Amino acid sequence: MTNKEALFRYAVRMGDNSLVLGHRLSEWCGHGPQLEEDIAQANIALDLIGQARNYLTYAGEVEGKGRSEDDLAYLRTDREYLNVQLVELHKGDYAYTIARSFLFDAFHLALQQALTTSTDERLSAIAEKAVKEVTYHLRHSSEWLIRFGDGTDESHERAQNALDDLWRYTGELFVPDEAEEVLAKAGVVPDLADIRAEWSATVDRVLKEATLKRPEDGWMARGGKKGIHTEHLGPMLAEMQTLQRTYPGVEW
Amino acid sequence: MRTEAEIRDLLEQVKDPEIPVISIRELGVLREVNVDGDKVEVIITPTYSGCPAMDVMQEDVEKALREAGIERFSVKQVLSPAWSTDWISKSGRKKLLDYGIAPPPHTSDIRALKGGAPVTACPQCGSTDTILVSQFGSTPCKALYRCNACLEPFDLFKCL
Repeated sequence: MTNKEALFRYAVRMGDNSLVLGHRLSEWCGHGPQLEEDIAQANIALDLIGQARNYLTYAGEVEGKGRSEDDLAYLRTDREYLNVQLVELHKGDYAYTIARSFLFDAFHLALQQALTTSTDERLSAIAEKAVKEVTYHLRHSSEWLIRFGDGTDESHERAQNALDDLWRYTGELFVPDEAEEVLAKAGVVPDLADIRAEWSATVDRVLKEATLKRPEDGWMARGGKKGIHTEHLGPMLAEMQTLQRTYPGVEW
Repeated sequence: MRTEAEIRDLLEQVKDPEIPVISIRELGVLREVNVDGDKVEVIITPTYSGCPAMDVMQEDVEKALREAGIERFSVKQVLSPAWSTDWISKSGRKKLLDYGIAPPPHTSDIRALKGGAPVTACPQCGSTDTILVSQFGSTPCKALYRCNACLEPFDLFKCL
């Protein structure tokens, strides 16, 4: 794999992670458990979709075949999406949404912080913006996880169940694919082992305050990075892409 | 042919569509104006990655230039250096306050970004007895507060 191919896949992966989670969070719009949370999730979704636009635009430029951010977002099939499986899982109840966001945000912040010093100017420019936004995302999901874990018996149980269910999807975050290996060797992206250490420290600190138990590491799902996804992604993309698929090239 | 200063004056009319009292210069979104003969280049930077107002601001800049009879121009968005609320001008901060939005704390106040909420004065009555209702408000750049003294809700332009 050449550096250019690796960079394309990496930019697509970063874009897909943000786009898929952003779309998932937008499903709370109009359905939030309270008005402020409804607005918060819409705001976070907006940040993520903005980041996705930056990454997918860049991916299209790196590829050099004239594909725009919209082409990449709306005209790829699920097998061409390269996001980790964690972000595509259904929205579940609010504890599940918060726990998933927390596990991803803790990873995302550590990764974006490291990417601000990337030797690739575009990746560092995108990260410089994203890191400020993701700082707010992690703060939001951490506060809610603590509130649920250290709340009532019911909220504690739901938060713990969510963590137990989601844990098997966290392994994939830290297993590099070929693109990540090539770019890490070239010093363009960080070593995922370093990101894992930071993620793990954040998880321990917040779970302790939330009085929640860190699940044991066991079997870990993977495959998202090479386009193999859970049953949740297809229906989500079908909904997201329906307009462009039905009326190709439509604008309004 | 126009000078850079004339173009900058011209662009004063371009306001933030969500906060129509503050210009893109006062907001710190307008980064550069370069004039080369009859060619004008305007560089702007987004506040938040996903801020929907950015596309509107870009269109408004293009419209202002076109209406002033400038034919050869380009408007570019750049990401780096990343926009910061510290770039909002003094007059911009005053206008925000008059509009009912508490101006952002300075980023050097680490608590604003990392720890608890910073001390924020109510833009209606000036009391500092205020409470954070939500980190996320009516637009990506605002947080929602409530004043315990006058009981009015208000927006804080949040620190970035």
